[in-house]
Amino acid sequence: MAEFGNPDVIEEEVDVLMIGGGMANCGAAYEIMQWAKGTDLRIKLVDKAAMDRSGAVAQGLSAINTYIGPEQDPADYARMVSNDLMGITRDDLAYDLGRHVDESVHLFEEWGLPIWKTDESGERHDGSKGMASLKDGGKPVRSGKWQIMINGESYKWIVAEAAKKAIGTDRIQERVFIVKLINDKNDPSRVAGAIGFSVREHKIYVYKAKAILLAAGGCVNIFRPRSVGEGTGRAWYPVWNAGSTYTMAAEAGAELTLMENRFVPARFKDGYGPVGAWFLLFKSQATNAVGEVYMVKNKELLDDYPPYGQAAVPASCLRNHLMLKEMQEGRGPIWMDTVTALGKLKETLSPREVKHLEAEAWEDFLDMCVGQCGIWVGENIEPEKKNSELMPTEPYLLGSHSGCCGIWTSGPTDVGAPTEETAEGVPAHLPSGWNWGYRGMTTVKGLFTAGDGVGASGHKFSSGSHAEGRLAAKAMVKYCLDNKDYKPELDTSVEDLVNAIYQPVRTYLEFKDYSTAIDVNPNYITPKMLQFRLQKIMDEYVAGVATYYKTNEHMLKVAEEKLEMLKEDAEKMRAKDLHELLRAWENYHRILTAEAHMKHIQFREESRYPGFYYRMDKNFVDEENWHCFVNSIYDKTTKKWTVFKRAHVDLVDKSKLFKAAAH
Amino acid sequence: MPTFVRTDKCDGCKGQDRTACMYICPHDLMKLDKDGSETGHAMRAFNQEPEQCWECYSCVKICPQQAIECRHYADVVPLGGSVQPLRGTDSIMWTIKFRNGTLKRFKFPIRTTPEGSIDPYAGKPEADMSKIEEPGFFNHNEQNGYRAGNPAELIRK
Ligand SMILES: Cc1cc2nc3c(=O)[nH]c(=O)nc-3n(C[C@H](O)[C@H](O)[C@H](O)COP(=O)(O)OP(=O)(O)OC[C@H]3O[C@@H](n4cnc5c(N)ncnc54)[C@H](O)[C@@H]3O)c2cc1C
Ligand code: SF4
Ligand code: SF4
Repeated sequence: MAEFGNPDVIEEEVDVLMIGGGMANCGAAYEIMQWAKGTDLRIKLVDKAAMDRSGAVAQGLSAINTYIGPEQDPADYARMVSNDLMGITRDDLAYDLGRHVDESVHLFEEWGLPIWKTDESGERHDGSKGMASLKDGGKPVRSGKWQIMINGESYKWIVAEAAKKAIGTDRIQERVFIVKLINDKNDPSRVAGAIGFSVREHKIYVYKAKAILLAAGGCVNIFRPRSVGEGTGRAWYPVWNAGSTYTMAAEAGAELTLMENRFVPARFKDGYGPVGAWFLLFKSQATNAVGEVYMVKNKELLDDYPPYGQAAVPASCLRNHLMLKEMQEGRGPIWMDTVTALGKLKETLSPREVKHLEAEAWEDFLDMCVGQCGIWVGENIEPEKKNSELMPTEPYLLGSHSGCCGIWTSGPTDVGAPTEETAEGVPAHLPSGWNWGYRGMTTVKGLFTAGDGVGASGHKFSSGSHAEGRLAAKAMVKYCLDNKDYKPELDTSVEDLVNAIYQPVRTYLEFKDYSTAIDVNPNYITPKMLQFRLQKIMDEYVAGVATYYKTNEHMLKVAEEKLEMLKEDAEKMRAKDLHELLRAWENYHRILTAEAHMKHIQFREESRYPGFYYRMDKNFVDEENWHCFVNSIYDKTTKKWTVFKRAHVDLVDKSKLFKAAAH
Repeated sequence: MPTFVRTDKCDGCKGQDRTACMYICPHDLMKLDKDGSETGHAMRAFNQEPEQCWECYSCVKICPQQAIECRHYADVVPLGGSVQPLRGTDSIMWTIKFRNGTLKRFKFPIRTTPEGSIDPYAGKPEADMSKIEEPGFFNHNEQNGYRAGNPAELIRK
């Protein structure tokens, strides 16, 4: 009988393994079955949680942030993505996503997701009304050039239902946390499997697979969050995505890109409620303490960053940059002026519309950030009567929202992407152009990624992540068919793998009786304390909130040493139960992701994302030397990073953004 | 607002081996205390790590007994408010109580099709294997959503 510390080991061989059950893999699950029909491909999806409510969309969403529509071109989308991320993104990936994404959005509507519509008179209707669907020409309610409003409380539930029905429950394994990928015994540049453990039963799962789609989301909680008591859980980014995607890929040898990039959203303070609808739909303004609109007041700061500051919509980091000036010079708090915005709207609306407007304002939070409503009720804030504070959060790492760190992946072949590399110093074994055969494949053979996993192409959001998962699924089928005779063999014995994964449990069982207090013991460290240590290091030295997002080469050097010792101590984590074993490995994933972030910031000798972080010793954007990707690989044996440049190329004309703005 | 479970309402999901709240929490927080050794309340669930709760309300919405509520993060929010949903099959009702007693109610649609009714491939074309390396999904443009783009925009092609 399996018991704690002595798990059953279940080995399974499949062709395609999907890690994560979020938006990307729900898309992949849906797409793959049709291409796999008639083949005998064995397929499995593993999620650490329950697909109905797993990943970043667990709570629901109030908008689909990427919808192109018939009137815009994928090239417009690629331009926007590029400018928001300070000019360095992969146009091939963004463009390809732009041409496919609406196909997924239209499916969501077919499956039952209510999408708001406008009628001929311009009045807004929520999605339950019987209006024409988007597919048939229905007009969505735009809350921005790319966003459309939805009644999205059950968004994930609906998308998961379609995915689960498509692949069938036999092919799904929930509540299994994948810890490591395993390379091929005969070819270290190939992936051959993955290992994880159940958080419900004493079981370890070892999968052999030809192709793996790793889409386990982004990374939260590597920086000390602003609230550190009971409120620790209220990060903007959902606390359950722990950098598994980046760490597992790096350890398998995959090339990462732009890991220096981070996202620091400016959100409603403490509750982290979304601001998009307030700015774009309700036309609200944000001001400093004395009512000055900082985007107007500080607009000349944008001129320091040509051309990115001069687009009609300046990059997200620059908008933070203008806000931070007010905070640092003592003119906080920053207010979202909800009172004026709603007051103005009421002037032109009928009482029925006003009632609807109030409901819309609340729904924006209730559908995706109930915690913000908790703040409002606790502090007696009715948005039409009292303004709310805004605040930039602690940094997060992600590749599908307004950030672009992630894995270097193979793009489409038909959009003019480079086929050669012109930058020097790229390790010889890595591919040189932007496509190497299979869409969505990383630089490790058979390892694919999507959603938050794909670097250098942010702004995909929920819909784009779904579409990107579908693109990868299709390519994986092709890969498996092309590699029919390949038989995966693991480069490490199952016994060694099991021992490694259960080490925190063994450590606990061995030493638990050494001291009387179970959490204080010189032989081990609890995952919680390890996380606090990581957060302290990152916050104080790697440009967290403690220093107003500032660092320099000397601070990074200190962080580097401290992180190395932390990495060593991670081997001494304890786990007193399966829940703590989950926390232990999540934190291990966090540490490596954090280390990649630090190494990339150290390598890039400029401050590419002012407002997200500043290297005070290089506090400028240097277009001449650093208009390039910063990429890296990790060697899991020596535990060392190699960081290098890759050349950046435009596939669409970016100057159009700025010409339009000049009028 | 970490969740808490009301002792008077939770029935441990009638002793099934997985409770609804344990099943759904994306962060593995809800736990059934079978023998009462952890909380003093046998066969009741509890939030085992309240400071890790994202307040996503997944457990609140799924609990068949409406036994789960939220108490705002004590280190951030003044006491006394509450935000409680009742999720049906096609809509969700929210009851919102302010610290000062003000009450608001909202109802929003959540889905336009019956739960469980999705038939994922009904009416969809088969994949065309000869096109597996071209852009487009298996049901290419069946949804009228493929945006081919103006080729002139691609400056290196
Ligand atoms: C706070 C927030 C607000 C957002 N708002 C919007 C919005 O309004 N509109 C919009 O369109 N988009 C929005 N997005 C973006 C959207 O949610 C993401 O782009 C999308 O969910 C990314 O998809 P993904 O599959 O890459 O990751 P996720 O959907 O996060 O899925 C990750 C999956 O991996 C699983 N997992 C993690 N680690 C492991 C492991 N080690 N082993 C096994 N499984 C694992 C998780 O359980 C989960 O199933 C928002 C995102 C955030 C964070
Ligand atoms: S879902 Fe509700 S009734 Fe069931 S165990 Fe959890 S709290 Fe109790
Ligand atoms: S609110 Fe969400 S995170 Fe908190 S216990 Fe419930 S399901 Fe888990």
